Amino acid sequence: MDALLMARMQFAANITFHILFPSITIALGWSLLFFRLRWLKTRDIGWLAAYRFWTKVFALTFALGVVSGIVMSFQFGTNWPGFMERAGNVAGPLLGYEVLTAFFLEATFLGIMLFGHGRVGERAHLIATALVAFGTTMSAFWILALNSWMQTPDGVVLRDGQFFVTSWFDVVFNPSFPYRLVHVLLASGLTVAFLIAGVSAWQVLSKHENPSTRPALRFALTLGAVLMPVQIIAGDLHGLNTLEHQPAKVAAMEGIWKTERGAPLLLFALPDEAARENRFELGIPKGASLILKHDPDGEIRGLDEFEGRHPPVAPVFWAFRIMVGTGMAMLVASWVALWLLRRRGWSPAGLPRPVLWSLAAMAPSGWIATVAGWYVTEIGRQPYIVYGLLRVDEVAASVPPAHVAFTLALYVVLYTALLVAYVSVVKHMAEKPVDLSPRPAVRPTSAGVTT
Amino acid sequence: MSLAEWLPVVFLALMGTSMLVYVVLDGYDLGVGMLLPNADAAERDTMIASIGPFWDANETWLVLGVGILLIAFPRAHGMVLGALYLPVALMLVGLVLRGVAFDFRVKAQDRWKPLWNRAFFAGSLMAAAAQGWMLGRYVTGLQDGWVSTAFAAVIAVLLPAAYVLLGACWLVLKTEGALQRRAVGWARTAWPAVAVGMALISLATPLASETVRARWFAMPEFIALLPIPLVTVAALLGARATLEPRTAESRWCWVPFALVVLVFVLGAVGLAYSLFPYVVIDRLTIWEAASATEALVVIAVGCAITVPVIAGYTVFSYRVFRGKASPLDYA
Repeated sequence: MDALLMARMQFAANITFHILFPSITIALGWSLLFFRLRWLKTRDIGWLAAYRFWTKVFALTFALGVVSGIVMSFQFGTNWPGFMERAGNVAGPLLGYEVLTAFFLEATFLGIMLFGHGRVGERAHLIATALVAFGTTMSAFWILALNSWMQTPDGVVLRDGQFFVTSWFDVVFNPSFPYRLVHVLLASGLTVAFLIAGVSAWQVLSKHENPSTRPALRFALTLGAVLMPVQIIAGDLHGLNTLEHQPAKVAAMEGIWKTERGAPLLLFALPDEAARENRFELGIPKGASLILKHDPDGEIRGLDEFEGRHPPVAPVFWAFRIMVGTGMAMLVASWVALWLLRRRGWSPAGLPRPVLWSLAAMAPSGWIATVAGWYVTEIGRQPYIVYGLLRVDEVAASVPPAHVAFTLALYVVLYTALLVAYVSVVKHMAEKPVDLSPRPAVRPTSAGVTT
Repeated sequence: MSLAEWLPVVFLALMGTSMLVYVVLDGYDLGVGMLLPNADAAERDTMIASIGPFWDANETWLVLGVGILLIAFPRAHGMVLGALYLPVALMLVGLVLRGVAFDFRVKAQDRWKPLWNRAFFAGSLMAAAAQGWMLGRYVTGLQDGWVSTAFAAVIAVLLPAAYVLLGACWLVLKTEGALQRRAVGWARTAWPAVAVGMALISLATPLASETVRARWFAMPEFIALLPIPLVTVAALLGARATLEPRTAESRWCWVPFALVVLVFVLGAVGLAYSLFPYVVIDRLTIWEAASATEALVVIAVGCAITVPVIAGYTVFSYRVFRGKASPLDYA
């Protein structure tokens, strides 16, 4: 296998593993703030239980996000040194601002949020919680600005193969950034909604209900039911934006090989890269034209217009279908379950068992949709690293393939083990009673010592 | 001096400071991690409680340091991390294991807890040894050959020892009773290795590079520089002298830790003086490696605003958790 493919696989393995955790912590941080505020306002022990239990999940998830993020911060340079040499003037400041305005903030205040109670007042503790949530969101802001710039570069000039910034506003608020930011933040909200709903449903099924189950399930299903329709609209707008700026990606997503009017919406097909056509097509006539052009006879540019500079079709085509299919299942599940829960007087145990089982099975549905969505957009950008301007094969490292293969194997083994451990520990924690004991105030001992 | 001349110097200073802050801060918590197998179960919880609120932010200084290397000196980043590809990967695996073990060791099913305690220790040791190896390779200019490899191997043993000393002094400061007394003993055991390590690095850089030799052993610079090694020796001896139970139990329990930190700071100052203006000794200067001035200005503005704020809330966090370590319970 060649070094380029190896470097891409290693990077893909790392970034796939990494994104699982921020996609939870971004929205879970804000959810914890909400739980805490509800507890302080209502003094309903269920909200305190929800806060205590989900804080444990948050801490574990955050740790996995941090450590895999540190690996990422090294791999930008070790796997794609050419990228930093050519696009460093853009990527450097954006990554730098992420470290300076997000990483330190969330890491420092996480300590106070987790362990500071009793050492700081309730108000300071709330502020710390809010700053952690804000930090995770800022982190998403900067990294998505950079990712979106790589998809739809703007605000730069190319001089001697190097990018120079002409407008920082245009770099950050490049054409796809607002759409991608909204899409990703909503995805985080949905990931958390289905994680909480799934874990709560599992607590009912396994007879480990605790005071948190009831408020948490209601919160999660409401969040999912509200966000899912919004996400469908946001996703549609994001798709139209992609059609405008990255038509080759959309052609791959829809499996459209030749430019045509009234293109069908394919539900199933096996894209054949060699023959440049689909096999076993099953589609809704004129569907793609209707969705993308809002006109049944609208013209959609096919892959034939981008020969040699479009992404591999099958992975993009299928990842897109997995994302949309999962989203549709999430829409149905959240609405049906919320409606039933309301009819049963918000009692989790009142939900029919098939609904509980479905929710439990769908606990990782946000992960699946998120990863599939990222595969659509990242594989869909190929063969470019900066769309239309810089190809991936121009920036790869000259590290010996054997070294890359060795470390790739190391990471894959490590990450697989950690993922298994994570899922099993979240399940284990869900089945344990929540500690609701009050936390006594801590007075620092040995006066005069300041650390 | 023009912007293009002095901005790289500013970023070198910022990068060096970040790396030093990282080595001191993550140094003590990696050191505590390496000491875990010597303690019993209750002591282990106290030891981890003493670093629990801090480790994540401590590690962020590494991201900042490497980030600045990547952002401000992309060519040096490629050269350094390309040469150190495997030890970097081992360090990362170590940091991953150590970082997740913090949470898994208290949250996992009971039968897995011993495994996560071992992962905590092994991850700390791996990260520290890999960093030692990289430091050894770096100060000898990333040269190939058995002398520089052997040197790197020696530092790969000695840097973990230095972290253990730092970690043990941290425990002297943050704990009390039997654990504190044992920490004094651990620190005394690690002390000789640190003294040897400092001496070795001080000798190796002038031997490896003509430039460094000329810089330290010329008159009158030699006289002007003399305070650096002299104060280092004094601080090391002072740390050794205060590592005894009476100081540990008094309000001066922070003194050994502070003196060891001083040793690290002076070591960094000496190293900076040896290397400047090279990022990779005798091969690449900061001006050759620097990014476009426009990009540096953008980051410099951000740093000027955020770094003081970061320093401020870091101090706040250490103030909140001042005093002896108490059990970690979520709010």
